[in-house]
This record gives sequence, C-alpha cells and structure tokens, in this order.
Amino acid sequence: MTYIKPIFRHPLLPKNKVGFTKKDYEGAISTLCAGCGHDSISAAIIQACFEMSVEPHKLAKISGIGCSSKTPTYFLGNSHGFNSVHGRMPSVTTGANMANRDLIYLGVSGDGDTASIGMGQFVHAVRRNVNMVYIVMNNGCYGLTKGQDSATADFGSISKASKTPSPFQGIDLVGLAMEMGATFVARSFSGDKSQLVPLIKAGMSHPGFAFIDCISPCVTFNNNKGSTKSYSYVRAHNEATSLLDFVPEEKEITMEYEEGASKEVVLHDGSVLLLKKLAPEWDPSDRLSAFSKVQEAKASGEILTGLLYIDLESKELHDLFGTTDTPLNTLREKELCPGSEALEVINAGRR
Amino acid sequence: MNTKTINDMVIRFANVNGSGSASANDMFAKSVFRMGIPVSPKNIFPSNIQGLPTWFDVRISEKGYLGRREGIDVLVAVNPATMKKDIESVLPGGYLIYDSSKVLHEDYIREGIHYIGIPMMAMVMEHYSVPRLQQLFKNMVYVGALIALLDMEMEVTRNIVKETFAKKEKLVPPNFQALDLGYNYAKENYDCPINFCVKRADKIGNKIMMEGNAAIGLGAVYGGATVMAWYPITPSTSVAKAFETYCKKLRIDPQTGKKNYAFVQSEDELAAIGMVIGAAWNGARAFTATSGPGVSLMSEFIGLAYFAEIPAVIVNVQRGGPSTGMPTRTQQPDILSSAYASHGDTKHMLLFPSTPAECFEFTAQAFDLADYFQTPVFIMSDLDLGMNEHLSPPLKWDDSRKYNLGKVMSAEDLETKEFGRYLDVDGDGVCYRTIPGTHPTKGSFFTRGTSRDEYAQYSENGQVYVNVVNRISKKWQTAKSHVPAPEFYQKENESKQGIVFFGTTTYAALEAMDILEGHGRKWDAMRVRAFPFNQEVADFIASHEKVFVIEQNKDAQFRSLLINELEVNPKKLEPVLVYDGKPITATAIIDKLMN
Ligand SMILES: Cc1ncc(C[n+]2csc(CCOP(=O)(O)OP(=O)(O)O)c2C)c(N)n1
Ligand code: SF4
Ligand SMILES: [Mg+2]
Repeated sequence: MTYIKPIFRHPLLPKNKVGFTKKDYEGAISTLCAGCGHDSISAAIIQACFEMSVEPHKLAKISGIGCSSKTPTYFLGNSHGFNSVHGRMPSVTTGANMANRDLIYLGVSGDGDTASIGMGQFVHAVRRNVNMVYIVMNNGCYGLTKGQDSATADFGSISKASKTPSPFQGIDLVGLAMEMGATFVARSFSGDKSQLVPLIKAGMSHPGFAFIDCISPCVTFNNNKGSTKSYSYVRAHNEATSLLDFVPEEKEITMEYEEGASKEVVLHDGSVLLLKKLAPEWDPSDRLSAFSKVQEAKASGEILTGLLYIDLESKELHDLFGTTDTPLNTLREKELCPGSEALEVINAGRR
Repeated sequence: MNTKTINDMVIRFANVNGSGSASANDMFAKSVFRMGIPVSPKNIFPSNIQGLPTWFDVRISEKGYLGRREGIDVLVAVNPATMKKDIESVLPGGYLIYDSSKVLHEDYIREGIHYIGIPMMAMVMEHYSVPRLQQLFKNMVYVGALIALLDMEMEVTRNIVKETFAKKEKLVPPNFQALDLGYNYAKENYDCPINFCVKRADKIGNKIMMEGNAAIGLGAVYGGATVMAWYPITPSTSVAKAFETYCKKLRIDPQTGKKNYAFVQSEDELAAIGMVIGAAWNGARAFTATSGPGVSLMSEFIGLAYFAEIPAVIVNVQRGGPSTGMPTRTQQPDILSSAYASHGDTKHMLLFPSTPAECFEFTAQAFDLADYFQTPVFIMSDLDLGMNEHLSPPLKWDDSRKYNLGKVMSAEDLETKEFGRYLDVDGDGVCYRTIPGTHPTKGSFFTRGTSRDEYAQYSENGQVYVNVVNRISKKWQTAKSHVPAPEFYQKENESKQGIVFFGTTTYAALEAMDILEGHGRKWDAMRVRAFPFNQEVADFIASHEKVFVIEQNKDAQFRSLLINELEVNPKKLEPVLVYDGKPITATAIIDKLMN
C-alpha cells in the first residue's frame, strides 16, 4: 500500500518567499511508530525548509537504511530523494554533490547507519568537508531490526531488547566529528524543535559539512527506564549551550540579548545565527574551547546540546578541489570532449 | 653456418624492480617499434616496490604475432638472484648477455647457448660517480650493447632518448655515452650481429603503442566523464592516473583555470562506487576503476544501481586470485562475478576490449550504454592489456558524435508530458528519468531499490515487484542489439568446429589460427566483444558442431556464461584454459586444439 496524502490546500495558508506553503514541504504519511522521535525531526526539517524558502527542487535528500533513513519519504515530497544502502549515504551524497554543487544536500542517517556499518564513510565525509547537512537520528539502537544495541548506546544503558546494561563505551559522534576536523558540529534533541529548527537552517547555510547529532528516542525499543536515550532521561540531562535564533541574510536582527551573553555568528551566505550563550566562557568558533566543553560535559554525564563548534573559514570540497563553478552535470561535449584534433596529437605522441 | 633469424625473437630482461630498468627496457621496445616491426613488451612484476625480480619480455614479430611466446632467444640477465632459472629459460642456440665485471660462476655455464659478457658495472663505475646514476646508466649500457648485437639503428634509440629527456636536457649526453659504451664494447669484442637481428621493416603503418589503462582513462575524458571515484588497486590504478593526467591537460576551464571534473580518491571501493552512483543519479557521467577485490566490495551497491536503474561505469582490470602474489599476474577470472555481481536477480553488461583502441572506444561507449539503459556497465580489461604497451590502431573520434544521455526529461518535457519514473512509455523497457533540480514542482521522485511501482511509490506488493523485474528483463533484451557485435575472422562459416575468445586471449588465438592454417587446418573464429550476447554469438555457436572456448581462468567462466545464457549443450563447448598468471600462448592453444 502507498501512503499519499490527499492534496488539500487551504487558500489562506501562508506562503514563503518562493511561493510555497508549509504543506508543500511535507511528504507521505509516516509509517513509523507513533511517538517516534524521528517524526519530530522530520517536522523540524519541514519547518526549517519552509522558513528558509528553500525551493524544493534545489534540495536533494539522501539516506541509508533504518527507520531513520526511511524518513525522507515523510518530508519534502517535492524534492528528489534517494534511499540508498545501509551505512553508505555519505558516499552517495558526496558523489551527488560532485555532480551538482548548486543543490542543498540533506543526508539523513541513524546511529547504526553512521556509527557502525557506515563509520568509515562518515569520518571520510567529515574529513572531506562535503557541503551537506548530515543529521543522525540517534536512538542508541537499531530500530528497524528490532532494537539491538547500537554503537552509540551508552555504557550501562539498558534497552528493552538487550535487557542488560551495555558493557561498552558509547561512541560520541559529536566528539568524533570534532576530532576529524568537522567544520560545523551540533547536537540536539528531537523534542526541542526551537533549538533544532535554527540548527538545521544554519547547517544549510554553512559551506561544508554540517553535522547534527540529534537524539531521537525509539519509543518501541529504547524509551524505557534505564535507557540513556529515553525522552525522560534526555530531558533531565539536557544541557543546552545556548538559545538559538537564525536570521536570514536580508532580515534585520531584532532580538536582543544581554551583552556578553550573546554571540552573533555570521554565516557564509550572510545570514546570522544568534546564540544566547548559557555558558559564558565558551566560544563556539574556538575549536579548543568547544572541544574541552564537550569532553567536560561527557565526563559529568550531561548531554550538551546546541551549536557546539563552527569554523567560519570553512572551505568545502569543491573549493578544495578547484572545481568549476558551473555544476558538472550541466557540462556537455563542448566543455568535456577535447575533439579529434587533440586526439591526433596524442596518437602522434604514441608513435 | 647459422642462418640469421630476422625480426622474430623474444628478448627477456631479467631485472630487479626499483632499479630503473623499466625506462631503459621501454626505450629498447620502442626502438624496435620505430624501426617498423611489430613488438609486444610484457612486464612481469612482483607485488613489491623494490628489490624483487621483474622480467620484461619483448617479443619481436614481423608476422605481427603479439601474444606471449615461451622460450627466450636473448636473455639480458642482470639479476643474480634469478640467474640460474633465467638461464634455463634460454632456448638452445640462444644468447645470454651478462655483466662480466665479475667472473661468471661456473654454475651458470650451460651447454648449447652463447655467452656474451659486457662489463656493465665496471664501465659505469669508471664513467659516472653517483651510485644511483651508475645503476641507471648500467641499464642503458645493455641497451647500447643490444643495438650492436642485433644490428639495430642507434639513431632511432638516440632520438627516443632525446624525446624522453626533452625537459631534462642535461641527461641526454650521459645517456648517449652509456649507449655508446655498450655499443662499442659489443662491436669490439663480439661478432655483430649475432644470429638474431632486427631489420627495418614496414609493418606498423599508423599504429600506436599504448597501455590499455591509459586508453581507458582517455576514453573517459572523451566520453564525458566528470566524476571519477576510485581506490588504488593494481592493476587498475593507472586508469585513474591516466584520467587525472589527461584531465589536467584537457579539462581545465580556459577562462577560470578551474577543473571541469572531480577526481576523488575514496576511502575504499564501497565509497568509490557509492560516489559514482550518487553522481550518476544526479546527472553526471561518473566511473570507477578497480579489480576483482574491489568489485567484490562494490557488490551491494552494484545491485542497488541495477534495481534503482542508475547508470554506472565500472572498469574491472582483472588480475589473479585474492591477497598478494598472483594479483600482479594476469587472468580473466571475474567473468561470472562481474556478470552476476550482487544479490537478487541481477545481470550486468560487460564489454571486452582487446586493444587500446577498443579500450578507448568502449569506455566512451560505456557511458552512452550506461546512460541509455540506466544500469551499471563493466569494462572487462585485464592486467596484460591494462599495464603493458600494446600495438594498436590509432584512437579515433568523430567530432560530430554526440553523447547519448538517454531518456532524461527536461523542464519543458515535464510541462507537457506525463512523468512516471518507471513507466515503460516506449515499450523497450527503458523508462524516462529526471535529474534533481530540473523543475520546481514536477518530476521529483524517490529512488529506492526494488520495492516501488511505476510512479516510484513504495510498494511491497509481489506483483508490482514482478512487473519491475520483468520490465528490467525487457531492457536486457533491448540491450543485445546495442552492445558491440562480435568480430569474425571468416567471411562465411567454413569449418565444423569453431573457436571463441575475447579480450587479451585474442592475440594468442589469432597466432594459433594462423599457424594452424599454415598446416592446412582452418577454424572459424569469433571474438566476443560484449555481454549480453548478441544474436550473432548465438548463431555462431548454433552453426558449429563443436566450439572451443579459450579463456584465462580455471573454471571456464566464459563457457559457463554461454551455456547459462544461450542454453547451449555443455558437451558442445570445449574449454581451452590457461590460468598460471602469464598471458596465454599460441602453443598452449594449439596443444589443446590438436588433442
Ligand atoms: C548490509 C546490510 N546489513 C544489515 C541490514 C539490516 N539493517 C537494516 S536497518 C539496520 C539498523 C538500523 O539502525 P539505525 O541506523 O540506528 O536506524 P534506526 O532504525 O534506529 O533509525 C540494519 C542492521 C541492511 N539493511 N543492510
Ligand atoms: S522502531 Fe523505534 S526507531 Fe523505528 S519507528 Fe519505531 S520508534 Fe521509531
Ligand atoms: Mg538507531
């Protein structure tokens, strides 16, 4: 059976700058479990794209395999999407990005998809600074294969499927991304839309790899007592680093914060991320300070959320390669084929 | 008393790898080529960078036999470690050229061959002071000696030296000097020419010498590839190298100096093929080059591309077995694993080039086929073709040629026509696709594996799946008349028995046929150039009582593919197999055919 929503547009639905209503950014009806954190993240993506006035065809959504990787069907129905293979979303997105540097690439993955089978591709996409937003819907388990512990399950955390405390240290994807030199690192929570939406928007404005590790409880297999990825646990331990507001380039900044406690991060495309910092000694554009803050929080069992690090000098892969500004997928014989004369010269050199 | 053998010999250079011998050996082979005589050099090398034995066999054949031949006529033995075995490979009446700076140990003395000592090391020590240069010039000394001994034209080699060092002119005079040292010593101390000599001929025409891998890299440039993703693996690495080198020359935007290509060395083969698929999905021509182990790693993705119907060009430069050792030897061992790569009911197009000219042409064509049929296409080369220089017709390009990007809908098409990603509108099994970014509200779809209907909507309905795979089979049928047709070597079938071969096996097979024809035995022959097999392939097999299938692997994989795909009675297909890692010889084929 297919899940297509009836098309019904309220004539009075507000339109964004490019003439689309929020409905235009929705997808098919979700088939995930009711209450699954992943659906909230889909909603945040819809909200962010609507508010950012993204033209739907100028965005490509790509995923691996898992409950999380199914979500691209449930948002941005007017965008091209690609449900690839387990753990390999980064390479598919890298290739797609090489073909056309002008689109926004939204990669969606799970913690199994990223931290286990796809770990290799993940760190290399970070290292290459592929221009994309990379969201991990992190529930500490393999939802789609019925709840086995994933590599991000915290030490001692107990899931419904395993019933015993995890004997291994959980992989901290945020710390790992920073270690690999990621140029935009954030952590958020599916239940905190007010933080997640501006983060997604900022990620789309960032020229390079924008990583968002989003804790997203699996209500069916890992939302129990003893799990560190449950709604209640995350709510109790969430330590937001800042309150966020994303201001597009052409808008005036109206929000006001106390001096010293706020920071404006001017993104590459001119838009501004306003951070109301909750920890005054911390500077998200300073890698060392960000790194130590993340480590400290980890040691004390806090879940640090917000924009944790941003490199304002980020150069994305095309700039590192020196590729032409024109999308490669639009080049044809004229630009690509050197012709018979050049071939004769090559032949002559081989005689 | 001996009559001289002209333009028909095998010269073996037994070297240590990393000693700089390759460049001198290449210059020797090129000198023969420039003198108008067909030549086929083959490098036999270890999986190592320095210090292990390598052999470089140069076959010279005025008749144009370019396959490998057993038996060495002239051995240049400069590797003490393998000397004993090397000497055994010299045919009776043959020659051993050795470094006589030290006395030759009596173990190395053998009846029935000639010994020619050249004090190579002593001479270079006398004339050059830097040890590294001594080593390099020692190689040029034996080339100089060979020029005298075989009665070749010094001027030809000197010109090659000049071209080689055009950018390092300082190196020309000492190279000339080294050539002269060897040349003069041989002239003064031995009867020149020896019983083998190389005489100018006119058998080359407009042919070129090129490595298959270089031709593939260049074919990808001409074929419009803009994204290459790859992971280093012998013997395919030089495809990537060639693509990048030619791109740097031919693909730089004249206005901005920026690159009209992306060249990504990926973290492994899984990522390489993932990038290719992502790029092709997004409308760029993309390819990867790898060998058997890489294809194994790519398998899952190849299946996805097949079912999601995404173009991908995969160059498989085949080599022997897993791990190390055999991998620097040649074979054709991936026929079945490439044809049926991945899970589910998959089948892939294979192209079998046998010359650099075909490597070039088939690569360019592979992009058209992949785009048109929206499926992976393999170019099945091998180490022998890829890494050795081969005599080849020149590369050709017709400037009026247009890329066939297949059925891609534009924004205007989407305004006027119905779009269903997997609708078989034209009845040939090939559907229309859209590229992301084309139209603001029309033509977007969700790409996934098998579970989707004609409008790309998710479905787990069995009948929907059956429809998908049946339509893909139709595409496969259509492809049969689009892939390169086989080549035949007779106007009409004449014999009851036929022979079939493909790729590099062609060289030895043609030589075997020629020799047998000289003995009054003529076989009809067919060189297959692609899978799916065209109708002509089926017809050829049907019209012969027995068909010998010659290939370079143990399990007769090509024969299995014929049996499986054409439903041929296995009894009818006789395998002729060589799988010791060395290019197949005509002798091996004749032995099997005559028994
Ligand atoms: C190569 C391969 N191995 C195993 C699987 C089975 N599999 C499907 S989803 C999944 C785990 C998904 O976990 P995660 O990425 O965390 O996503 P979630 O379902 O938790 O959102 C696995 C192991 C597969 N699809 N492919
Ligand atoms: S199994 Fe877990 S992750 Fe999957 S849909 Fe249900 S709640 Fe979400
Ligand atoms: Mg998970």
